[in-house]
Amino acid sequence: MTRIDAKFAALKAEGKKAFVAYIMAGDPDLETSLELMKGMPGAGVDVIELGLPFTDPMADGPTIQAAGQRALDGGQTLQKTLDMARAFRETDTTTPIVLMGYYNPIYNRGVDRFLQDAREAGIDGLIVVDLPPEEDAELCIPARAAGLNFIRLATPTTDDKRLPRVLQNTSGFVYYVSVTGITGGQAAQAGEVGPEVARIKAATDLPVIVGFGITTPDAARTIASVADGCVVGSAIVKLVGEGRPVPEILTQIAALAAGAHSA
Amino acid sequence: MAEDLLNSYMTAPDENGRFGIHGGRFVSETLMPLILELEAQYEHAKTDPTFWAEMDLLWRDYVGRPSPLYFAPRMTEELGGAKVYLKREELNHTGAHKINNVLGQILLARRMGKTRIIAETGAGQHGVATATVCAKFGLKCIVYMGATDVERQAPNVFRMRLLGAEVVPVTSGRGTLKDAMNDALRDWVTNVRDTFYCIGTVAGPAPYPAMVRDFQSIIGRETRWQLEAHEGEGRLPDTIIAAVGGGSNAMGLFHPFLDDKSVRIIGVEAGGHGVDDRMEHCASLTGGRPGVLHGNRTYLLQDEDGQILEGHSISAGLDYPGIGPEHSWLHDIGRAEYVSITDAEALDAFQFCCRTEGIIPALESSHALAHMMKIAPDLPKDHIIVLNLSGRGDKDIFTVAKHLGEEMKV
Repeated sequence: MTRIDAKFAALKAEGKKAFVAYIMAGDPDLETSLELMKGMPGAGVDVIELGLPFTDPMADGPTIQAAGQRALDGGQTLQKTLDMARAFRETDTTTPIVLMGYYNPIYNRGVDRFLQDAREAGIDGLIVVDLPPEEDAELCIPARAAGLNFIRLATPTTDDKRLPRVLQNTSGFVYYVSVTGITGGQAAQAGEVGPEVARIKAATDLPVIVGFGITTPDAARTIASVADGCVVGSAIVKLVGEGRPVPEILTQIAALAAGAHSA
Repeated sequence: MAEDLLNSYMTAPDENGRFGIHGGRFVSETLMPLILELEAQYEHAKTDPTFWAEMDLLWRDYVGRPSPLYFAPRMTEELGGAKVYLKREELNHTGAHKINNVLGQILLARRMGKTRIIAETGAGQHGVATATVCAKFGLKCIVYMGATDVERQAPNVFRMRLLGAEVVPVTSGRGTLKDAMNDALRDWVTNVRDTFYCIGTVAGPAPYPAMVRDFQSIIGRETRWQLEAHEGEGRLPDTIIAAVGGGSNAMGLFHPFLDDKSVRIIGVEAGGHGVDDRMEHCASLTGGRPGVLHGNRTYLLQDEDGQILEGHSISAGLDYPGIGPEHSWLHDIGRAEYVSITDAEALDAFQFCCRTEGIIPALESSHALAHMMKIAPDLPKDHIIVLNLSGRGDKDIFTVAKHLGEEMKV
């Protein structure tokens, strides 16, 4: 059982929805993002998604792309991101960390070496946007063998015929992308998301968490109410981009978390 | 027959879109069903005679194919060695080989009922070709172009707008061709139902590399019969040469010759200011290493942490940090050789072609010319070189003038 499995089991026992929050590692600099990360569990974040900066984030909108660029300009590397997770683990041993990003920096490091380092750093799961089930042999299967959850995205274009393949090697949770599009785009609609989540839940026992297009505590509540939880990314990253102080960002995160938890 | 197939270089990619370790389908889940549908539709069209009958007619009457295979007498004489033939792709409608592929993809888009076409462009040649074919068929066309390139290539931007296309300047990232491709992919992922992504080169997720190659292979197929029929030749070329950015004009020339072991195949990459640690070049094969970007694994310019580098080339059409996966594979197995040519060498070759043959070549093609100029003098007089003159250089005269120290106003 990974930290992710344990966290969802605990939430289920409490009858609570999960609040997942995304920040970009190293944005705007390593110290600030580590301070933010360390404050997230106290603000009500159940699972931390830690973004791996990449020069060419094809599935992300301008907000996350700019964050990645700020991090890279500040000298963030994959090693520094792993070190950041390790530093976080010194103060928190239970909150799951999911690394989210693109395949090239991982492939460049070497899959085996990366998996070993990630595990040792206290990483629990991976979301790699440009690795569909067709490329499972690359990282998904080795990751599971190394004891890391590989969390797959399901989307509005994932039809019933394709769904079993998407779910096949997924573990931890299923990340349902609420809209066709990029991060930080149009708003997710609970009326459309609900039936889709139900469709996925009929095919798997894993928790289904909804992300993309959730920006307010109210939206967090309505979307979480039709799923097992929700993810907020761009809305938080935007505050970092505006240079807001960490305590202020954590207050906003706490409001979003309260929204999701009230569902 | 079975043994022939096993020994063939022409059967790649495999069912997973792999050329050796290269290629594949590294895209987000949202796009995956679309890519599989495109693959199924293309597999169907590929064996449908009515599809190719329509292509042949358009190639003849709209593009002006076959493009001539021209013996270049003064070039041959000045170099004093091998016989030089130029495959005149620059004479195609819109002035480059790009339209060969665009026609194929747009016919496919029409069959799939897609009404909105998106494309990325660097120098603007693929954008112009896409805007042209969309105008012909009355389709909505959106072209993503790096903001830097929009400024450098003003005449092509105006052409696209005349043809009814919407040109979107891309300011995300560093505002170049790779960023334009990122934004085209973002558009596609957002508008999945009605949109067809018309990729301009032999890269991207499967089936694009093989599909674009198949549409461009008309170049090599024509070259075969043209040289065969050419008075006094009646045989295969000894060497074929083409410039490689993403590599569509090169793949189009190379592919029909892959199994002819006597034919030496040379791809010429953009060496920019020289292939060294400064990374001011776009020579992915000679100066990069395998990685994953834009849907495929291939050689890429990247830093030690796997972040993609920008590269540099005088030629906007070669200014891309990757290369088509089939080229990466041909490089790995040694079936084709890849070399690089600097900006300065390409500029010299550009002028040499103008002066000796009265043809203004594209700066992209000038890279191939420059390497040909290096090897032709030492080859015997009966050695036949075919060079793909992939585009005309009218679009480049401002760039060239600037480098030659001449002031010109657009």
